[in-house]
Amino acid sequence: MLNTDSRDPAAWPRLLITVVAVALLWPGIQLSELNPGVLFQADSQSEMGRFVSAFWPPAHDQAFLQLLIKATLQTLAIATAGMALALLLAIPASLLASRALSLSAASRAGVPSLTGRLLRWPIRGVLIFLRSVPEIVWALLFVRAVGLGPAAGVLAIAITYSGMLGKVYAEIFESTDQRPAHALLQAGSGRLAAFAYGTLPNVAAELLSYTVYRWECAIRASVVMGFVGAGGLGQQIDLSIRMFAGGEVASMLLTFLLLVLCADQLSRLLRWRLT
Amino acid sequence: MTLRLNQASLRHANHVDALRGIDVQIGAGEQVAIIGPSGAGKSSLLNLLATALEPSSGEIEVLGERAWHLSARQRQRLRARIGLVHQAPPIPPRQRVVTAVLAGKLGQWSLGKSLLNLLHPLDIAGARAALARLDLDDKLFAHCQQLSGGQLQRVGIARVLYQAPEILLADEPVSAMDPVLAGHTLSILSRHAREHNVTLVASLHAVDLALAHFPRIIGLRDGRILFDCPSDQVSREKLDALYANEQLQSPTLAVAPLTVQIPRC
Repeated sequence: MLNTDSRDPAAWPRLLITVVAVALLWPGIQLSELNPGVLFQADSQSEMGRFVSAFWPPAHDQAFLQLLIKATLQTLAIATAGMALALLLAIPASLLASRALSLSAASRAGVPSLTGRLLRWPIRGVLIFLRSVPEIVWALLFVRAVGLGPAAGVLAIAITYSGMLGKVYAEIFESTDQRPAHALLQAGSGRLAAFAYGTLPNVAAELLSYTVYRWECAIRASVVMGFVGAGGLGQQIDLSIRMFAGGEVASMLLTFLLLVLCADQLSRLLRWRLT
Repeated sequence: MTLRLNQASLRHANHVDALRGIDVQIGAGEQVAIIGPSGAGKSSLLNLLATALEPSSGEIEVLGERAWHLSARQRQRLRARIGLVHQAPPIPPRQRVVTAVLAGKLGQWSLGKSLLNLLHPLDIAGARAALARLDLDDKLFAHCQQLSGGQLQRVGIARVLYQAPEILLADEPVSAMDPVLAGHTLSILSRHAREHNVTLVASLHAVDLALAHFPRIIGLRDGRILFDCPSDQVSREKLDALYANEQLQSPTLAVAPLTVQIPRC
């Protein structure tokens, strides 16, 4: 394999990366105190079994269903409003942070000028800050500012998700073929017009499916934030778990399954329309 | 002079010298073909003339302006007056032909008009007229991914015709077309240039097409100009020197009289 005439110059780097990856993984398992053996011990199995057996049958009485529908709608509203606010910030930020709109890159074989690169860094820094603080921390902060209720959840999702969406949008813009946009820039067009005509048609499907996926994540996140009092299904799950009402928890988890399923179908539909 | 290069050199990021010390002057309304073996720097020269690339050294003057001494905004305004036909038209596959053609005028339109045009094409008649000259108006609302290579090249040409620039540069504009269609398309380009007093510079792989359609020929080899003369002075010796070590295109096919048959494919 390694004699001179049939040597692949990429062989050593690949081997090295594999070794480093394994070497990093091992302490990670140690640090996270992962021991799968515990799962198969008799007493932990019976403990989990008791917890899960309380889930059956799912609660379905009239009063609870009404409560469930209200909480579901609230969760959907939190996720959707949070995403809408996040997009307001994420779209301009992604355009500023991405090299796809660089005028200098068009005449420099895709590499922006030094000032262009330096100016993009602060925007990237802001996006990194926005998403590095977990949404649950933002939610705890906003619960103190605007009180218990959905508003805190909306703000927390808006802040964290604008960071994530902005970063990924910027990368999606860069990952596609740059030549159409560059050709338009070289024919005198403005940056935004070149983006809309040269880049957007190529990335629209990707952008939409990622946005729908993030919306699905926002639904889940709004549930977690419900645990700290930000309303919606999460608050109900928290209450039901505290009251050991396993059936109610099961109903809510099933609702959840349904929501994720719907988001998945929506994403497929949009992708199919756009390709 | 519409285009003037003074000792222009171009070095790519990978330290390959694409062009070395090029001196060219092209007047308004002139029609010039650039020929040479592949890798000679034909595309680089056209990109330089289009102000798409900045020369590593030397001067370039386009339409009386020194393009790289202008501000970015002024340069964009200058670029709107130059049209470049790319060999592989850089058009998003899912864009409709009508949008791809209308995109030619983005340099002249405001942002609001450009975005509105994405929602609903504002000048369908204009796009249809540009495509009709290339016998492609039946594809007006097709998606670009449904077109063949030659059809896509003609969409790229239609975009530049719609742009109506003062300088029309074409980088192998007919490389994906059959010989008859290629000749026909080139004669459309040169007729358009003559009628609107547009300066036309095209790089061509096929020597016979260049000799048949262009009064002035520039031979490029290894990033240098080997000859620059009227097409009737391009001799067999000059071509042999230009394509030395290359297979010279069969001279018997050269300067074949062009038929009037216009294929509609």
